Amino acid sequence: MDFTIAALLTQDGVITGAVYALLAMGIVLVFSVTRVIFVPQGDYVAYAALTMAALQAGKTPGVIWLLLILSVLATLMELTQHVRAKNLRKIPRALTQYLGWPALWILLAYFLAPVQLPIYVQAALTLALVTCLGPLLYRVAFQPVAGASVLVLLIISVAVHLAITGLGLIFFGPEGSRTTPYSDARFSLGPLQITGQSIWVLAATALAIVGLYLFFTHTLRGKALQATAINRVGAQLMGIRSNEAGSQAFFLSAMIGGLSGLLIAPITTIFYDTGFLIGLKGFVAAIVGGLFSYPLAAMGALLVGLIEAFASFWASAFKEVLVFTLILPVLLWRSLRAHHSEEDEE
Amino acid sequence: MKQKSLIALALASMVGLQAHAEVKVGVIVGATGPGASLGIPYKNTFSVLPKTLGGEAVQYIIMDDGTDPTNAVKHARKLITEDKVDLIIGSSSVPAATSITDISSELKTPQIALSPVGPAASKNPWVFTIPQPASIMMGAVADHMKANNVKNVAYIGYSDAWGDLVLNGLKTHADSAGVKIVAEERYGRNDTSVAGQILKILATNPDAVVVGGSGTPGALPHVTLAERGYKGKVYHNHGVINKDFLRVGGKNIEGGFAPTGPVMVAEQLPDSNPTKKPSLEFIKSYEASFGAGSRNAFAAYSYDAYLLAGNAVAEASKKAKSGTPEFRQALRDALERVKNVNGTHAVYNMTATDHAGVDSRARVLVVIENGDWKLVK
Repeated sequence: MDFTIAALLTQDGVITGAVYALLAMGIVLVFSVTRVIFVPQGDYVAYAALTMAALQAGKTPGVIWLLLILSVLATLMELTQHVRAKNLRKIPRALTQYLGWPALWILLAYFLAPVQLPIYVQAALTLALVTCLGPLLYRVAFQPVAGASVLVLLIISVAVHLAITGLGLIFFGPEGSRTTPYSDARFSLGPLQITGQSIWVLAATALAIVGLYLFFTHTLRGKALQATAINRVGAQLMGIRSNEAGSQAFFLSAMIGGLSGLLIAPITTIFYDTGFLIGLKGFVAAIVGGLFSYPLAAMGALLVGLIEAFASFWASAFKEVLVFTLILPVLLWRSLRAHHSEEDEE
Repeated sequence: MKQKSLIALALASMVGLQAHAEVKVGVIVGATGPGASLGIPYKNTFSVLPKTLGGEAVQYIIMDDGTDPTNAVKHARKLITEDKVDLIIGSSSVPAATSITDISSELKTPQIALSPVGPAASKNPWVFTIPQPASIMMGAVADHMKANNVKNVAYIGYSDAWGDLVLNGLKTHADSAGVKIVAEERYGRNDTSVAGQILKILATNPDAVVVGGSGTPGALPHVTLAERGYKGKVYHNHGVINKDFLRVGGKNIEGGFAPTGPVMVAEQLPDSNPTKKPSLEFIKSYEASFGAGSRNAFAAYSYDAYLLAGNAVAEASKKAKSGTPEFRQALRDALERVKNVNGTHAVYNMTATDHAGVDSRARVLVVIENGDWKLVK
């Protein structure tokens, strides 16, 4: 191995690592606010990439049917809840949130799909569609059991993942897709060929991380989310609605997942079931961060990306083995120095 | 409750009555899971097949194993013991098809595998395979390499049984073609990057690269090679022959070679080719249901399984009644005696020692030109 190859591998590792970092952010965010280990985080990636590909091919993206079903279910659940509690004032708000917004994006996607929109409009529409999934999934699958144990929530999250992947096969078909790159620019830096696309990935990841940081430290909503993450009951006593916090966490994580999908789609072929493996690697990264620290998770993601790139060079047959073995020393180290979490004390 | 069980009883007896009148074929395909892109076309064929098989009424019971060997075994056992099928067709992925072979010999039911099976299973007397063995297919690749003075070859393939089959197929011809394999790299179906493997391959400076992938994931190494400016030849295998592979690969995979069965380029074949007529028949009925250009190698394998089964059922039904062990035995014997059956992929000639029964007429080399497969003459 010489310097050129090392540099090329590092470049590859950093770019994949950046995508894993985004996923790890989503997983940490959802876990810390709702205690859900969100397995389908990777599925957002696949859904976003395939939705984008469908829009570029002038086809109606299948995701709108899932949105439609979820939106109707969520609205019905909200209505029953408010009617039973005789809380009719809350109904208009629930209608806009669970029926109005998704319906708007569904209609837009349905009517705009055959039109060849500019690429950034397509990307924005895709992001909106995938982001809508987050709060709806939370309302339908997780909010009714928000108080359950981590294990129950994990089982539900696995079930949601299986359902989403299965539907993905129906919506998008078994074959993979690639999308048009956002930029065809290429420049050379020594031996490295840097594509415009890879700069997009890095810039978007950096922006997302900085954005999240500012959101959590400088806005009231962000601080409320963080409060819920630190102490759910305490935050509730302070007047922070935990359900709303959960919904917002899912909203953000879906947006991050959708963003990763849009970034990665032009670089590689995405299949309806690609999401699981990518999500799992994001999860490994999140574990490195102990499922609570964003900077550590981002570093973990970079580590996973680099290990993957170098392992694929040295021992390609054992690449996945090496990546997932990484989790063992990390878990060991974590369990040795971890203080007991709330869950253990229960 | 009582009423319900009565209805169930009535239904069951109706099914029972029907069972004696027709041949039952259990079909197992991986229509979901990682092998779905191949499994779905495999399955599609069964919806356009005639209602008779070898002159007998037929019922196809189609099961989806999710590309999982465990499910495949479960389905095979259930199909044979509960549904009392006379024949198993499937499965569509190598690991699943290979695991079913144990069940078919244990329960003495003939199996026509839609994918190649592992080396031990291919000696199983109850198992017949449709797809050309990788060694036959890679023979076409090796011949082309020899003719074009290719000396050093690098290999990149799946880190699973398919990757091994293609590599071994290549190795059996490497010496006679004077080809040296200088690198063996692996990748996964769902991998998002093969940059590391490709860098290692490029470092060995090979004259040609052989890709052991299948379906759309098979395009990734070729695309990465093109992005790194590789100028040598790239050979694929018969697992990539479908339209979506071309769509995903786009311009990057122009000029790539692949061996395939004659059905894919049926129109370009001379009329004297025995596979041309069944191929055109298959294409006509398949594309009538699934759209022009929807033909693919996998659906055609299912069609060949149907042709072979029809041939054997016609033979076996002279000796025994369907649904009996004698019929299954007769069916197996008939399959082993198949002679000169013209399929879409090959002319099948089974013997006691050769349960694939294909020769070099079962392969053609095609090249990707302007986003379509062209026959290499």
